[in-house]
Amino acid sequence: MGINGKSYIVGIYEHPCRAALDKTLPQLHAEIAKGALADAGLSKDDVDAYFCAGDAPGLGPINMIEYMGLNNVRHMDSTETGGSSYIVHVNHAAQAIAAGHCNVALITLAGRPVADAKEGKPVRYYNQQAPDFPFEMPYGPNVTNMYAMCAMRHMYEYGTTSEQLAWIKVAASHHAQYNEHARLRDVVTVEDVVNSPMIADPLHRLDCCVITDGGGGIVMVSPEVAKSLKRTRVKVLGAGEAPKHLAAGQVDLTYSGARWSGPKAFAEAGVTTADIKYASIYDSFTITVLETLEDLGFCKKGEGGKFVSDGNLISGVGKLPFNTDGGGLCNNHPGNRGGMTKVLEAVRQVRGEAHPKVQVRNCDIALAHGTGGLLGSRMGSATVILGNEDA
Amino acid sequence: MSTEQKNKINLVANSESKPYWEGAAKGQLLIRTCNACGKAHYYPRTICPHCFSEDTAFVEASGNGVIYSYSVTRQAKPPYVIAYVTLDEGVSMLTNIVDCEIDKISIGQKVKVKFNEAEDGYALPVFTSA
Ligand SMILES: [Zn+2]
Repeated sequence: MGINGKSYIVGIYEHPCRAALDKTLPQLHAEIAKGALADAGLSKDDVDAYFCAGDAPGLGPINMIEYMGLNNVRHMDSTETGGSSYIVHVNHAAQAIAAGHCNVALITLAGRPVADAKEGKPVRYYNQQAPDFPFEMPYGPNVTNMYAMCAMRHMYEYGTTSEQLAWIKVAASHHAQYNEHARLRDVVTVEDVVNSPMIADPLHRLDCCVITDGGGGIVMVSPEVAKSLKRTRVKVLGAGEAPKHLAAGQVDLTYSGARWSGPKAFAEAGVTTADIKYASIYDSFTITVLETLEDLGFCKKGEGGKFVSDGNLISGVGKLPFNTDGGGLCNNHPGNRGGMTKVLEAVRQVRGEAHPKVQVRNCDIALAHGTGGLLGSRMGSATVILGNEDA
Repeated sequence: MSTEQKNKINLVANSESKPYWEGAAKGQLLIRTCNACGKAHYYPRTICPHCFSEDTAFVEASGNGVIYSYSVTRQAKPPYVIAYVTLDEGVSMLTNIVDCEIDKISIGQKVKVKFNEAEDGYALPVFTSA
Protein backbone atom coordinates (compact mmCIF):
# COMPACT_ATOMS: atom_id res chain seq x y z
CA MET A 1 0.00 0.00 0.00
CA GLY A 2 1.46 3.35 -1.03
CA ILE A 3 1.20 6.56 1.00
CA ASN A 4 0.83 9.11 -1.80
CA GLY A 5 -1.94 11.57 -0.89
CA LYS A 6 -3.15 9.51 2.07
CA SER A 7 -1.98 11.87 4.81
CA TYR A 8 -1.26 15.55 5.42
CA ILE A 9 1.03 17.60 7.62
CA VAL A 10 -1.23 20.16 9.29
CA GLY A 11 0.83 21.35 12.24
CA ILE A 12 4.49 22.19 12.83
CA TYR A 13 6.48 23.89 15.56
CA GLU A 14 10.14 24.76 15.95
CA HIS A 15 11.14 25.65 19.49
CA PRO A 16 12.61 29.17 19.44
CA CYS A 17 15.19 28.48 22.15
CA ARG A 18 18.76 27.52 21.21
CA ALA A 19 19.95 27.03 24.83
CA ALA A 20 17.55 25.46 27.33
CA LEU A 21 19.20 25.83 30.75
CA ASP A 22 15.87 26.47 32.46
CA LYS A 23 13.96 23.60 30.84
CA THR A 24 13.92 19.83 31.28
CA LEU A 25 14.00 17.46 28.33
CA PRO A 26 10.40 16.21 28.82
CA GLN A 27 9.28 19.83 29.22
CA LEU A 28 10.77 20.70 25.83
CA HIS A 29 8.91 17.77 24.24
CA ALA A 30 5.63 18.96 25.81
CA GLU A 31 6.13 22.60 24.78
CA ILE A 32 6.82 21.40 21.24
CA ALA A 33 3.75 19.13 21.22
CA LYS A 34 1.62 22.02 22.41
CA GLY A 35 3.02 24.32 19.74
CA ALA A 36 2.53 21.85 16.89
CA LEU A 37 -1.04 20.98 17.94
CA ALA A 38 -1.92 24.68 18.29
CA ASP A 39 -0.57 25.28 14.78
CA ALA A 40 -2.85 22.51 13.49
CA GLY A 41 -5.87 23.68 15.47
CA LEU A 42 -6.08 20.37 17.32
CA SER A 43 -5.98 19.41 21.01
CA LYS A 44 -3.96 16.77 22.79
CA ASP A 45 -7.05 14.58 23.11
CA ASP A 46 -7.24 14.40 19.31
CA VAL A 47 -3.84 12.65 19.19
CA ASP A 48 -4.21 8.91 18.60
CA ALA A 49 -0.63 8.14 17.52
CA TYR A 50 2.70 9.24 19.00
CA PHE A 51 6.19 9.02 17.48
CA CYS A 52 9.54 9.80 19.09
CA ALA A 53 13.16 8.64 18.79
CA GLY A 54 16.18 8.05 21.02
CA ASP A 55 16.24 11.65 22.24
CA ALA A 56 13.07 11.00 24.31
CA PRO A 57 13.99 9.92 27.86
CA GLY A 58 13.14 6.62 29.49
CA LEU A 59 11.23 4.18 27.34
CA GLY A 60 10.42 6.91 24.83
CA PRO A 61 6.74 6.88 23.93
CA ILE A 62 5.65 5.24 27.19
CA ASN A 63 7.17 7.93 29.40
CA MET A 64 6.32 10.82 27.11
CA ILE A 65 2.69 9.77 26.58
CA GLU A 66 2.29 9.63 30.38
CA TYR A 67 4.08 12.94 30.95
CA MET A 68 2.06 14.81 28.33
CA GLY A 69 -1.24 13.14 29.22
CA LEU A 70 -1.90 11.87 25.69
CA ASN A 71 -4.85 9.73 26.74
CA ASN A 72 -6.12 8.48 23.38
CA VAL A 73 -2.99 6.99 21.81
CA ARG A 74 -3.52 3.63 20.09
CA HIS A 75 -0.43 3.60 17.87
CA MET A 76 3.22 4.16 18.89
CA ASP A 77 6.57 4.15 17.10
CA SER A 78 10.02 4.87 18.53
CA THR A 79 12.16 4.06 15.50
CA GLU A 80 15.69 5.31 16.17
CA THR A 81 17.92 6.13 13.20
CA GLY A 82 19.72 9.12 14.74
CA GLY A 83 19.07 12.51 13.18
CA SER A 84 17.07 11.01 10.32
CA SER A 85 14.54 9.42 12.73
CA TYR A 86 11.90 12.14 12.32
CA ILE A 87 11.75 11.75 8.54
CA VAL A 88 11.39 8.00 9.04
CA HIS A 89 8.59 8.87 11.48
CA VAL A 90 6.82 10.94 8.81
CA ASN A 91 7.00 7.90 6.54
CA HIS A 92 5.76 5.55 9.26
CA ALA A 93 2.97 7.92 10.33
CA ALA A 94 1.87 8.18 6.69
CA GLN A 95 1.82 4.38 6.47
CA ALA A 96 -0.11 4.04 9.74
CA ILE A 97 -2.68 6.64 8.69
CA ALA A 98 -3.03 5.05 5.23
CA ALA A 99 -3.59 1.65 6.89
CA GLY A 100 -6.27 3.10 9.16
CA HIS A 101 -4.35 2.57 12.40
CA CYS A 102 -4.69 6.22 13.42
CA ASN A 103 -5.95 9.64 12.28
CA VAL A 104 -3.87 12.19 14.21
CA ALA A 105 -0.15 11.49 14.61
CA LEU A 106 2.18 13.60 16.73
CA ILE A 107 5.99 13.48 16.26
CA THR A 108 8.33 15.28 18.67
CA LEU A 109 12.08 15.81 18.99
CA ALA A 110 13.86 17.67 21.77
CA GLY A 111 17.41 17.97 23.05
CA ARG A 112 19.58 20.07 25.34
CA PRO A 113 23.25 19.29 24.55
CA VAL A 114 24.27 22.89 25.29
CA ALA A 115 22.59 22.86 28.70
CA ASP A 116 23.82 19.35 29.47
CA ALA A 117 27.41 20.39 28.76
CA LYS A 118 27.08 23.46 31.00
CA GLU A 119 25.69 21.26 33.76
CA GLY A 120 28.60 18.85 33.34
CA LYS A 121 26.39 15.94 32.27
CA PRO A 122 28.20 13.27 30.25
CA VAL A 123 27.66 13.26 26.50
CA ARG A 124 25.35 10.61 25.15
CA TYR A 125 26.97 7.29 25.77
CA TYR A 126 27.49 5.05 22.75
CA ASN A 127 26.63 1.53 23.80
CA GLN A 128 29.73 -0.60 24.43
CA GLN A 129 27.72 -3.58 23.27
CA ALA A 130 27.38 -2.17 19.77
CA PRO A 131 29.27 -4.78 17.72
CA ASP A 132 31.52 -2.20 16.04
CA PHE A 133 32.50 -0.55 19.34
CA PRO A 134 35.49 -2.75 20.33
CA PHE A 135 37.06 -2.47 16.86
CA GLU A 136 36.53 1.25 16.24
CA MET A 137 36.52 3.21 19.50
CA PRO A 138 40.23 2.59 20.27
CA TYR A 139 41.14 4.67 17.20
CA GLY A 140 39.45 7.88 18.34
CA PRO A 141 36.60 8.26 15.86
CA ASN A 142 34.43 11.34 16.46
CA VAL A 143 31.65 12.92 14.49
CA THR A 144 33.89 15.37 12.65
CA ASN A 145 36.77 13.08 11.66
CA MET A 146 34.35 10.40 10.48
CA TYR A 147 32.63 12.86 8.11
CA ALA A 148 36.02 14.32 7.19
CA MET A 149 37.20 10.99 5.78
CA CYS A 150 34.22 11.07 3.37
CA ALA A 151 35.21 14.53 2.20
CA MET A 152 38.85 13.45 1.83
CA ARG A 153 37.92 10.47 -0.34
CA HIS A 154 35.41 12.48 -2.39
CA MET A 155 38.14 15.04 -3.10
CA TYR A 156 40.53 12.24 -4.10
CA GLU A 157 38.10 10.53 -6.48
CA TYR A 158 36.35 13.54 -7.99
CA GLY A 159 38.59 16.56 -7.45
CA THR A 160 36.09 18.22 -5.12
CA THR A 161 37.62 21.27 -3.38
CA SER A 162 37.31 22.96 0.01
CA GLU A 163 36.08 26.07 -1.82
CA GLN A 164 33.23 24.09 -3.38
CA LEU A 165 32.23 22.67 0.01
CA ALA A 166 32.39 26.20 1.43
CA TRP A 167 29.66 27.37 -0.97
CA ILE A 168 27.20 25.16 0.94
CA LYS A 169 27.87 27.07 4.16
CA VAL A 170 27.79 30.38 2.28
CA ALA A 171 24.30 29.58 0.93
CA ALA A 172 23.04 28.56 4.38
CA SER A 173 24.38 31.79 5.88
CA HIS A 174 22.63 33.88 3.23
CA HIS A 175 19.35 32.33 4.37
CA ALA A 176 20.07 32.45 8.10
CA GLN A 177 20.46 36.24 8.10
CA TYR A 178 16.65 36.48 7.77
CA ASN A 179 15.85 33.98 10.55
CA GLU A 180 15.58 35.81 13.86
CA HIS A 181 16.00 32.56 15.79
CA ALA A 182 19.07 31.34 13.89
CA ARG A 183 22.07 30.51 16.07
CA LEU A 184 24.44 32.14 13.52
CA ARG A 185 23.07 35.03 11.44
CA ASP A 186 26.22 36.51 9.89
CA VAL A 187 26.64 36.08 6.14
CA VAL A 188 29.98 34.38 5.43
CA THR A 189 32.14 34.10 2.31
CA VAL A 190 34.03 31.18 0.78
CA GLU A 191 37.23 32.75 2.16
CA ASP A 192 35.73 32.90 5.67
CA VAL A 193 35.01 29.17 5.52
CA VAL A 194 38.35 27.97 4.15
CA ASN A 195 40.25 30.29 6.52
CA SER A 196 38.38 29.11 9.62
CA PRO A 197 40.37 26.72 11.85
CA MET A 198 40.90 23.18 10.58
CA ILE A 199 38.99 20.75 12.82
CA ALA A 200 39.61 17.47 11.01
CA ASP A 201 41.22 17.63 7.57
CA PRO A 202 39.69 18.69 5.22
CA LEU A 203 36.78 20.06 7.30
CA HIS A 204 37.07 23.55 8.78
CA ARG A 205 35.07 24.92 11.69
CA LEU A 206 32.60 26.56 9.30
CA ASP A 207 32.05 23.24 7.48
CA CYS A 208 30.44 22.01 10.72
CA CYS A 209 26.88 22.52 11.97
CA VAL A 210 25.90 24.36 15.13
CA ILE A 211 25.15 22.67 18.46
CA THR A 212 21.81 23.82 19.89
CA ASP A 213 19.06 22.95 22.34
CA GLY A 214 15.36 22.94 21.55
CA GLY A 215 13.56 20.76 19.05
CA GLY A 216 10.50 20.53 16.86
CA GLY A 217 7.23 18.76 16.26
CA ILE A 218 4.91 17.67 13.46
CA VAL A 219 1.20 16.81 13.39
CA MET A 220 0.01 14.53 10.57
CA VAL A 221 -3.59 13.62 9.88
CA SER A 222 -5.84 11.67 7.53
CA PRO A 223 -7.42 13.49 4.54
CA GLU A 224 -10.78 13.57 6.34
CA VAL A 225 -9.35 15.29 9.41
CA ALA A 226 -7.29 17.63 7.21
CA LYS A 227 -10.42 18.83 5.41
CA SER A 228 -12.04 19.70 8.75
CA LEU A 229 -9.16 22.04 9.70
CA LYS A 230 -8.54 25.66 8.68
CA ARG A 231 -4.76 25.25 8.34
CA THR A 232 -3.07 25.09 4.92
CA ARG A 233 -2.43 21.41 4.47
CA VAL A 234 0.72 19.87 3.07
CA LYS A 235 0.32 16.53 1.34
CA VAL A 236 2.75 13.66 1.87
CA LEU A 237 3.53 12.40 -1.64
CA GLY A 238 6.21 9.80 -1.08
CA ALA A 239 8.94 8.64 1.27
CA GLY A 240 11.87 6.27 1.46
CA GLU A 241 14.26 5.03 4.13
CA ALA A 242 17.46 3.03 3.91
CA PRO A 243 20.39 1.88 6.04
CA LYS A 244 23.94 2.19 4.73
CA HIS A 245 27.01 0.77 6.44
CA LEU A 246 30.54 -0.55 5.98
CA ALA A 247 29.30 -3.65 4.12
CA ALA A 248 31.50 -6.18 5.97
CA GLY A 249 34.62 -4.25 5.00
CA GLN A 250 33.76 -3.22 1.43
CA VAL A 251 34.01 0.43 2.44
CA ASP A 252 32.87 3.21 0.07
CA LEU A 253 32.63 6.66 1.62
CA THR A 254 31.67 8.54 -1.55
CA TYR A 255 27.93 7.97 -1.28
CA SER A 256 25.19 7.90 1.33
CA GLY A 257 22.00 5.92 1.93
CA ALA A 258 20.18 8.61 -0.08
CA ARG A 259 21.16 6.48 -3.07
CA TRP A 260 18.34 4.13 -2.00
CA SER A 261 15.90 6.25 0.05
CA GLY A 262 15.71 8.90 -2.69
CA PRO A 263 14.57 6.77 -5.65
CA LYS A 264 11.88 5.11 -3.51
CA ALA A 265 10.50 8.49 -2.45
CA PHE A 266 10.56 9.86 -6.00
CA ALA A 267 8.85 6.75 -7.39
CA GLU A 268 6.11 6.86 -4.80
CA ALA A 269 5.55 10.59 -5.30
CA GLY A 270 5.56 10.16 -9.07
CA VAL A 271 7.93 13.11 -9.52
CA THR A 272 11.55 13.68 -10.55
CA THR A 273 14.30 15.99 -9.33
CA ALA A 274 13.17 18.51 -11.97
CA ASP A 275 9.85 18.88 -10.09
CA ILE A 276 11.50 19.77 -6.75
CA LYS A 277 11.25 23.53 -6.15
CA TYR A 278 12.90 23.47 -2.73
CA ALA A 279 15.06 20.93 -0.86
CA SER A 280 15.89 20.61 2.83
CA ILE A 281 19.12 18.60 2.86
CA TYR A 282 20.65 17.29 6.08
CA ASP A 283 23.67 19.45 6.77
CA SER A 284 25.58 18.15 9.76
CA PHE A 285 28.64 19.05 7.65
CA THR A 286 29.03 20.56 4.19
CA ILE A 287 30.12 17.18 2.79
CA THR A 288 26.82 15.63 3.96
CA VAL A 289 24.93 17.99 1.65
CA LEU A 290 27.26 17.45 -1.30
CA GLU A 291 27.09 13.65 -1.28
CA THR A 292 23.33 13.68 -0.63
CA LEU A 293 22.58 15.98 -3.58
CA GLU A 294 24.49 13.60 -5.86
CA ASP A 295 22.79 10.52 -4.42
CA LEU A 296 19.32 12.04 -4.77
CA GLY A 297 20.10 12.67 -8.44
CA PHE A 298 20.19 16.47 -8.49
CA CYS A 299 23.52 16.06 -10.28
CA LYS A 300 25.77 13.21 -11.38
CA LYS A 301 28.00 11.42 -8.86
CA GLY A 302 31.19 13.42 -8.52
CA GLU A 303 29.69 16.66 -9.86
CA GLY A 304 28.33 17.87 -6.53
CA GLY A 305 31.17 20.36 -6.11
CA LYS A 306 30.30 22.10 -9.34
CA PHE A 307 26.57 21.93 -8.57
CA VAL A 308 26.77 23.72 -5.20
CA SER A 309 29.19 26.42 -6.37
CA ASP A 310 28.46 30.03 -7.27
CA GLY A 311 25.37 30.34 -5.11
CA ASN A 312 23.37 27.59 -6.80
CA LEU A 313 21.76 26.68 -3.45
CA ILE A 314 20.78 30.28 -2.57
CA SER A 315 17.07 31.08 -2.79
CA GLY A 316 16.31 33.54 -5.57
CA VAL A 317 19.78 33.08 -7.04
CA GLY A 318 20.44 29.40 -7.73
CA LYS A 319 18.59 26.50 -9.33
CA LEU A 320 17.98 24.56 -6.11
CA PRO A 321 17.13 26.67 -3.05
CA PHE A 322 18.11 24.66 0.03
CA ASN A 323 17.79 25.01 3.80
CA THR A 324 16.16 28.43 3.67
CA ASP A 325 15.91 28.54 7.48
CA GLY A 326 19.72 28.53 7.65
CA GLY A 327 19.81 24.76 8.17
CA GLY A 328 21.93 22.97 10.72
CA LEU A 329 24.97 24.88 9.53
CA CYS A 330 23.56 28.20 10.78
CA ASN A 331 20.09 27.98 12.28
CA ASN A 332 19.43 24.97 14.45
CA HIS A 333 20.54 21.37 14.99
CA PRO A 334 18.56 20.56 18.14
CA GLY A 335 19.89 17.66 20.17
CA ASN A 336 22.45 17.01 17.40
CA ARG A 337 19.53 15.72 15.32
CA GLY A 338 18.67 17.72 12.23
CA GLY A 339 15.96 15.67 10.51
CA MET A 340 13.02 17.37 12.19
CA THR A 341 13.96 20.92 11.20
CA LYS A 342 14.44 19.71 7.62
CA VAL A 343 10.76 18.75 7.43
CA LEU A 344 9.64 21.96 9.16
CA GLU A 345 11.24 24.30 6.63
CA ALA A 346 9.96 22.19 3.71
CA VAL A 347 6.43 22.53 5.15
CA ARG A 348 6.87 26.31 5.51
CA GLN A 349 7.98 26.51 1.88
CA VAL A 350 4.98 24.53 0.57
CA ARG A 351 2.64 26.61 2.74
CA GLY A 352 4.25 29.79 1.42
CA GLU A 353 5.17 30.74 4.99
CA ALA A 354 8.97 30.85 4.77
CA HIS A 355 10.58 34.25 5.33
CA PRO A 356 9.62 36.46 2.34
CA LYS A 357 13.31 36.96 1.51
CA VAL A 358 13.81 33.21 1.04
CA GLN A 359 10.32 31.98 0.05
CA VAL A 360 10.46 30.05 -3.22
CA ARG A 361 7.78 31.19 -5.69
CA ASN A 362 5.11 28.59 -6.55
CA CYS A 363 6.69 26.03 -4.25
CA ASP A 364 4.24 23.24 -5.01
CA ILE A 365 6.67 20.34 -4.39
CA ALA A 366 9.48 20.15 -1.83
CA LEU A 367 11.84 17.48 -0.55
CA ALA A 368 13.35 16.86 2.88
CA HIS A 369 16.21 14.47 3.50
CA GLY A 370 17.83 13.22 6.69
CA THR A 371 21.08 11.44 7.53
CA GLY A 372 21.43 9.81 10.95
CA GLY A 373 24.53 8.31 12.48
CA LEU A 374 27.81 8.71 10.63
CA LEU A 375 28.36 9.24 6.91
CA GLY A 376 31.80 7.72 7.52
CA SER A 377 30.54 4.38 8.87
CA ARG A 378 26.87 3.52 9.39
CA MET A 379 23.81 5.66 8.87
CA GLY A 380 20.06 5.76 8.48
CA SER A 381 18.89 7.77 5.48
CA ALA A 382 15.36 9.04 4.95
CA THR A 383 13.70 11.10 2.23
CA VAL A 384 10.21 12.59 2.09
CA ILE A 385 8.52 14.49 -0.73
CA LEU A 386 5.77 16.95 0.15
CA GLY A 387 3.35 18.91 -1.99
CA ASN A 388 0.47 21.34 -1.89
CA GLU A 389 -3.15 20.27 -2.41
CA ASP A 390 -2.78 20.25 -6.20
CA ALA A 391 0.49 18.30 -6.27
CA MET B 1 53.02 5.83 37.22
CA SER B 2 55.06 6.01 34.06
CA THR B 3 53.69 7.68 30.93
CA GLU B 4 53.74 4.38 29.15
CA GLN B 5 51.43 2.72 31.66
CA LYS B 6 49.07 5.71 31.71
CA ASN B 7 48.73 5.67 27.92
CA LYS B 8 48.02 1.96 27.55
CA ILE B 9 44.62 1.56 26.00
CA ASN B 10 41.81 -0.48 27.50
CA LEU B 11 40.26 -2.74 24.87
CA VAL B 12 36.78 -4.26 25.05
CA ALA B 13 37.44 -8.00 25.10
CA ASN B 14 34.38 -10.20 24.60
CA SER B 15 34.01 -13.66 23.10
CA GLU B 16 34.03 -12.23 19.56
CA SER B 17 36.89 -9.74 20.00
CA LYS B 18 39.23 -11.41 22.52
CA PRO B 19 40.99 -13.76 20.04
CA TYR B 20 41.59 -10.76 17.80
CA TRP B 21 43.39 -8.84 20.58
CA GLU B 22 45.30 -11.96 21.62
CA GLY B 23 46.45 -12.43 18.02
CA ALA B 24 47.56 -8.82 17.89
CA ALA B 25 49.56 -9.34 21.08
CA LYS B 26 51.40 -12.15 19.25
CA GLY B 27 52.07 -9.84 16.30
CA GLN B 28 49.32 -11.22 14.09
CA LEU B 29 46.64 -9.19 12.31
CA LEU B 30 43.64 -11.53 12.21
CA ILE B 31 40.71 -11.24 9.85
CA ARG B 32 37.65 -13.43 9.88
CA THR B 33 36.92 -15.56 6.83
CA CYS B 34 34.08 -17.89 5.98
CA ASN B 35 34.69 -21.50 4.99
CA ALA B 36 31.25 -21.73 3.37
CA CYS B 37 31.42 -18.79 0.96
CA GLY B 38 35.17 -18.18 1.04
CA LYS B 39 34.85 -14.46 1.70
CA ALA B 40 36.62 -12.38 4.34
CA HIS B 41 34.85 -9.75 6.41
CA TYR B 42 35.72 -6.97 8.85
CA TYR B 43 35.07 -6.37 11.77
CA PRO B 44 35.10 -10.04 12.83
CA ARG B 45 31.80 -11.81 13.52
CA THR B 46 30.86 -15.38 14.47
CA ILE B 47 28.20 -15.65 11.77
CA CYS B 48 29.29 -14.67 8.26
CA PRO B 49 27.63 -11.38 7.19
CA HIS B 50 27.88 -12.49 3.54
CA CYS B 51 26.13 -15.90 3.71
CA PHE B 52 25.05 -16.37 7.38
CA SER B 53 27.17 -19.51 7.79
CA GLU B 54 28.57 -20.25 11.25
CA ASP B 55 31.62 -21.89 9.68
CA THR B 56 33.93 -18.88 10.13
CA ALA B 57 37.47 -18.67 11.46
CA PHE B 58 40.28 -16.22 12.10
CA VAL B 59 43.15 -16.28 9.61
CA GLU B 60 46.30 -14.22 9.66
CA ALA B 61 46.39 -11.33 7.20
CA SER B 62 49.59 -10.17 5.51
CA GLY B 63 49.45 -6.89 7.42
CA ASN B 64 49.94 -4.92 4.21
CA GLY B 65 47.48 -2.46 2.77
CA VAL B 66 46.83 0.99 1.32
CA ILE B 67 45.19 4.06 2.84
CA TYR B 68 41.60 4.33 1.54
CA SER B 69 40.93 7.63 3.33
CA TYR B 70 42.16 9.50 6.40
CA SER B 71 41.75 12.63 8.48
CA VAL B 72 43.92 14.48 10.97
CA THR B 73 42.12 15.45 14.17
CA ARG B 74 43.82 18.83 14.58
CA GLN B 75 42.24 19.89 17.86
CA ALA B 76 43.57 16.86 19.75
CA LYS B 77 46.84 17.19 21.66
CA PRO B 78 48.79 15.79 19.98
CA PRO B 79 46.85 15.59 16.68
CA TYR B 80 46.22 12.02 15.50
CA VAL B 81 45.44 10.39 12.17
CA ILE B 82 42.35 8.24 11.76
CA ALA B 83 42.10 6.20 8.56
CA TYR B 84 40.49 3.37 6.69
CA VAL B 85 43.15 0.99 5.40
CA THR B 86 42.24 -1.49 2.67
CA LEU B 87 44.15 -4.69 3.38
CA ASP B 88 45.67 -6.77 0.59
CA GLU B 89 43.03 -9.36 1.51
CA GLY B 90 40.32 -6.97 0.28
CA VAL B 91 38.61 -5.71 3.43
CA SER B 92 38.97 -2.19 4.85
CA MET B 93 39.38 -1.44 8.54
CA LEU B 94 39.27 1.67 10.69
CA THR B 95 42.66 2.36 12.25
CA ASN B 96 45.30 4.96 13.05
CA ILE B 97 48.34 5.89 10.98
CA VAL B 98 51.32 6.34 13.31
CA ASP B 99 55.04 7.17 13.24
CA CYS B 100 54.64 9.21 10.04
CA GLU B 101 55.00 12.85 9.15
CA ILE B 102 51.34 13.84 9.33
CA ASP B 103 51.39 16.26 6.40
CA LYS B 104 52.93 13.67 4.06
CA ILE B 105 50.18 11.09 4.45
CA SER B 106 48.12 10.43 1.32
CA ILE B 107 45.31 8.27 0.01
CA GLY B 108 46.72 5.29 -1.85
CA GLN B 109 49.86 5.26 0.29
CA LYS B 110 51.19 1.76 1.09
CA VAL B 111 51.17 0.94 4.79
CA LYS B 112 51.99 -2.02 7.03
CA VAL B 113 50.63 -3.08 10.37
CA LYS B 114 52.34 -2.56 13.72
CA PHE B 115 51.03 -3.28 17.18
CA ASN B 116 50.52 -0.94 20.12
CA GLU B 117 50.62 -2.57 23.54
CA ALA B 118 47.29 -2.42 25.38
CA GLU B 119 46.07 -3.29 28.89
CA ASP B 120 45.62 -6.91 29.96
CA GLY B 121 48.37 -8.19 27.66
CA TYR B 122 46.47 -7.34 24.49
CA ALA B 123 47.65 -5.22 21.53
CA LEU B 124 45.97 -2.85 19.08
CA PRO B 125 46.79 -3.02 15.35
CA VAL B 126 47.76 0.35 13.82
CA PHE B 127 49.54 1.16 10.56
CA THR B 128 52.67 2.95 9.46
CA SER B 129 54.46 3.63 6.14
CA ALA B 130 55.40 0.43 4.32
ZN1 LIG C 1 30.04 -16.81 4.24
